Amino acid sequence: MLRLPAFDYIAAQSIEEAAAILSGEGAGEGSAEAAAQGQPSPVRLVAGGTDLWPNMKRRHQSAKTVVSLMEIPGLSDIQATHPQGEIRIGATALLSDVANHPQIRTRYPAFAEAVDSISSPPLRNMGTIGGNLCLDTRCTYYNQTEDWRRSIDYCLKEKGKTCWVATSSPKCLAHTASDAAPMLQALGARVRLVSREGAGGGTTERTIPIGELYRNDGIDYLTKRPDEILTEILLPAEADAAHCRSAFWKLRRRGSIDFAVLSAAVAVWVDAGGVVTKASVVLGAVASCPSVAEEAGAALVGKKLTEESVKEAAGLARRVATPFDNTDFQAQWRGAMVEVWVAGALRGCTAGDIGYGSDRVHG
Amino acid sequence: MAEPLRKEDPIDLIEDPLLDPEPATERPLRWIGTPFRRVDGRAKVTGTTKFADDLTFPRMCHVKLVRSRIPHGTIRSIDFSAAEKIPGYLGCLTGADTPIPFGILPVSMDEHALCPDRVRFVGDPVAAVAATTEDAAYEAALAVIVEYDSLPTIASVEQAISTPEPRIHDYGDDGNLHKKVSMRFGDVEAGFAAADRIFEDLFFYEGNTHLPMEQHATVAVPEDDDRVTVWSSTQTPHYLHRALAKVLGLPASRIRVIACSNGGGFGGKSDPFNHEIVAAKMALILGRPAKIVLHREEVFYCHRGRHPVTMRLKTGVTKEGKITAHHLETALDGGAYGSYGVASTYYTGALETVTYDMPAYQFDGIRAFTNKPPCGPKRGHGTPQPRFGLEVQLDKIAVALGQNPADLRLQMLVAPESITANWLQLHSVSLDRCIEAVVTGSGYRERWGNLPEGRGLGLACGSYLCGAGLPIYWNHMPQSGVQLKIDRSGCVAVFCGEAEIGQGSDSVLAGIVAEVLGVDLSDLRLCVADTDLTPVDLGSYSSRVTLMMGNAALQAAERARDLIAKAVGDQLEVPADRLVFAERRVFDASDPSNPEKGLTFQDAVIAAEARFGTLGTVGSYIPPRSPGKYRGAGVGPSPTYSYSASVVEVEVDPQTGLWRPVHVWIAHDIGRALNPVLAIGQVEGGVYMGLGEVMMEEQAFRRLPRHLSNALVHKFPSMLEYKSPTFLDMPPVTTYLIEDPDPQGPYGAKEVGQGPLLPILPAVANAIYDAVGARVDQVPIHPHMVLKALDAKKKGGEPRYGPKSFPEVDFGETLIVPTPAQGGNGTAINEFRSKLRSGMRGVATGTMSTRDEALRQKKALTTKLEDR
Repeated sequence: MLRLPAFDYIAAQSIEEAAAILSGEGAGEGSAEAAAQGQPSPVRLVAGGTDLWPNMKRRHQSAKTVVSLMEIPGLSDIQATHPQGEIRIGATALLSDVANHPQIRTRYPAFAEAVDSISSPPLRNMGTIGGNLCLDTRCTYYNQTEDWRRSIDYCLKEKGKTCWVATSSPKCLAHTASDAAPMLQALGARVRLVSREGAGGGTTERTIPIGELYRNDGIDYLTKRPDEILTEILLPAEADAAHCRSAFWKLRRRGSIDFAVLSAAVAVWVDAGGVVTKASVVLGAVASCPSVAEEAGAALVGKKLTEESVKEAAGLARRVATPFDNTDFQAQWRGAMVEVWVAGALRGCTAGDIGYGSDRVHG
Repeated sequence: MAEPLRKEDPIDLIEDPLLDPEPATERPLRWIGTPFRRVDGRAKVTGTTKFADDLTFPRMCHVKLVRSRIPHGTIRSIDFSAAEKIPGYLGCLTGADTPIPFGILPVSMDEHALCPDRVRFVGDPVAAVAATTEDAAYEAALAVIVEYDSLPTIASVEQAISTPEPRIHDYGDDGNLHKKVSMRFGDVEAGFAAADRIFEDLFFYEGNTHLPMEQHATVAVPEDDDRVTVWSSTQTPHYLHRALAKVLGLPASRIRVIACSNGGGFGGKSDPFNHEIVAAKMALILGRPAKIVLHREEVFYCHRGRHPVTMRLKTGVTKEGKITAHHLETALDGGAYGSYGVASTYYTGALETVTYDMPAYQFDGIRAFTNKPPCGPKRGHGTPQPRFGLEVQLDKIAVALGQNPADLRLQMLVAPESITANWLQLHSVSLDRCIEAVVTGSGYRERWGNLPEGRGLGLACGSYLCGAGLPIYWNHMPQSGVQLKIDRSGCVAVFCGEAEIGQGSDSVLAGIVAEVLGVDLSDLRLCVADTDLTPVDLGSYSSRVTLMMGNAALQAAERARDLIAKAVGDQLEVPADRLVFAERRVFDASDPSNPEKGLTFQDAVIAAEARFGTLGTVGSYIPPRSPGKYRGAGVGPSPTYSYSASVVEVEVDPQTGLWRPVHVWIAHDIGRALNPVLAIGQVEGGVYMGLGEVMMEEQAFRRLPRHLSNALVHKFPSMLEYKSPTFLDMPPVTTYLIEDPDPQGPYGAKEVGQGPLLPILPAVANAIYDAVGARVDQVPIHPHMVLKALDAKKKGGEPRYGPKSFPEVDFGETLIVPTPAQGGNGTAINEFRSKLRSGMRGVATGTMSTRDEALRQKKALTTKLEDR
């Protein structure tokens, strides 16, 4: 099988320790040296490892030092202290624990569904919610072995000069593949980022809307600085199913394992008369970051969810999707499916109970 | 020991009292026909089976291959200096160490263990490095720097035709065309002239790969006296043995090949491979055991999978639906090496005639060399592609003639025991019962054409060999041998060269021997696939093992039984032919007054060993000769043929083009199910693999913009991105085993490993048409194809998605072979001229000769011609 290269492995025991290593202090070898040479930090964080280890085996991600967050006490906690208040999910909470959490399932059913659709059961028992949000962007010219990438002289995302997806593209077109991200963005979630501050071993933190975590650039897809650690996800009380109808529809070839090649995450707030007061439509896997279909959401406001308004919004959502030929299924067809998937998800919100869409798998 | 059938496997063993194979006086069978537990089952499920990668030896080193990263070019230099610095590095090999070419077919020995000068596809091995650990070997392989000079890349059949130079190989029928075949059986023109309707269709079948769970692995251990033992995951230890002897330059008697249990083969482990030879060479050079385990990407480069084939089918029918003539043209994209390709090319045409009556038939085929991993045999070898075309075209014909597709087929079936237009001798044919079983089971007659929009049923049939009639290299020796050693312990040791690849061949071997000798499976000790110890069996390919090994096992066991019976009969003073072997006893069954009159099996063996000395018997099997004598007649003959029919129900979403199989009904004419659970497992496996090929699997390639790069790479050489169905994608399958024992097979058995795949793809395509009225004339059927066909329908066009043209190509001079009905004798009337034109490849009924031999013969023939 493919072999992992040698590296130092540190199981951090606290956020402070991890942050210190990331900032070039502490036990992490090489980060200060790299920083001095203006190179990206050769220190990488790992949680479940379901993304990083395959990437390191294929040699398109590398590290001198890997810092694990999995032994940090409390970082995997899911806190739902108030029955109607926000839910805080620690970054290293396992995907299966998130998907099966009773409060998440009842209060944020579409989010639970989105997380439950990630990969396969064994990988959900390994992978973490923080890891899914930081998932490297994917591309069929990139997620290949070192030998394979050599045979195309590499690509823009790593070592190469050309984006083979569209050779005239000045930027990398690798696509986001996170299922949690578009759903959390539709629900208005925020994330907490922690980094080292000062010489005394202290930390500083900032909390940002999840949409601000991403950038539409296949290489530099996170706004998170390399020295920052994503520690927590905050699910807002206002997106509770008591107020908000949500749905997640995902397209992929095989329902048991594959990454999304398109997803539609929608959240709709309606008043007592059934009129939409706020709507959020976010697409996954059709750009380098989750794509907010603002016009689609805005078009729904002030209307009831009818076949007509759903179709109109779905048509508007199609405009923001730019699928390329760098994943499964024909790109043009994938683009055409945006309308179907958004409409399907929105119809899921019209159901009498709080509807959430099923994982639409190849038929 | 026998385990109950699983509930979710509804089997319908159709009984036909008129066809009961056993005389009423025979004792009931203990093992044959019962679902006894497979002999390797416990080891497989508890993880104690030793696959090649499980083996380890003291001082064993690990080997990795350095593979070409350009699709076509010459090697300028190989630099090991960085690799040598890696701790643990032991040594390297290059093409200079393995200069002798090899290949599975004597006619296309065009491979080298490591490329000596030229690389022909991305993944072609150019060097090997050994190290003390797998990690070090891996890093060392990555550190080897190879410089190349690029040659133009040939990516498709069309390009191979239009680019005769530079040639990928310096042999072949024409430029970059490896093989050209053209043959006509009967008066095809008159057949078309007599037709009321003529149908012409183009089809495309994308290539796909075997995707066995186990990646190929080999361990070679050097031994005293310049001997080497090679353990490998191979379906064909005998052919590997021959290739190793050739390339290593060692007498075959000093090489021992042992095929480990294969974690799936499906045809992908039937060639001798680079890594197998490299492991042996490295072990001999370093004087220590050498192991090589391929990673998944490398398995995609070994490939030998399904050829991508473009097809043109022209069929003339009467208004009643009788075929008057059929013309099939195939264009195969062969990849970079010969492999089984010459046979594959013939196979695309050979079995076209074995299901439906075709009085006149023409077949033209080409195989092109391209800069891609070599294609070869995959389950169905060369026949699923034309079968897809034929069965979809018949569906179109039925619709056009206003007939039910089942009835159209039923009135044109071949007759049992007949000889086809291309001189294939048929024996038992129960395709009619197969069709009736699936038609009845699915309600096809009532439901076809009557389901709501988006639901559809499709019917298709198929047929396959029960072993290739001829071996891969010309010889008169048995294709399979079995040897028994029985001694006073009561243990029966069974020796046979067959290779267990998961299909259950060990269990078939054990079941037959245990049945004849009346012992338990636990009384047997199997020793298989060991070229030092076991008689030759050619291997697990062409669905040959049950029939050929089974017949050999039957002969060996019956000889042992007769020997033991003679000794026991003398001791008990009973005529030997009255003795029955059952329940681990040998006794006189005709004397019910004295049921104790008999011996335990062990005592019976003791009596025989005392009487005759050390006990051993052998059995062997040579297939009957085929009536076909023309050049090319060597591909297609088989002792007998299996038949299958399937109905698939699909659900299609006309808005998205997404579809899924809802239910599969499949009936397989197996002759006799030696073990119905194993047989059903094979049927379901074939259904699964066929569904994979029609739903999603494709060995697709990427070409980068030509002005920027010469690259031609496999699109997704990984199990995540090469899409293959999972449990969740698999619909329920209803299997009918149609039993009509064929005298050619052991206990009447025919094959089941490959045939059931064949009808699945066309049945799905036909079902999609029934569901939404769209024809997708290519596989896999992706949703965008269904949608495009439906769009065309909406715009008033032909509701079809598929290839629009067939490559413009000259197939060479056509071999004219009169059919049996025309009073032919199995030979061609223009053999001599055609032989000359085609470069004399394949003399003597199309058996592959070596390339040198062919050139020699061509020269001799040319001289002879000039002399005239």
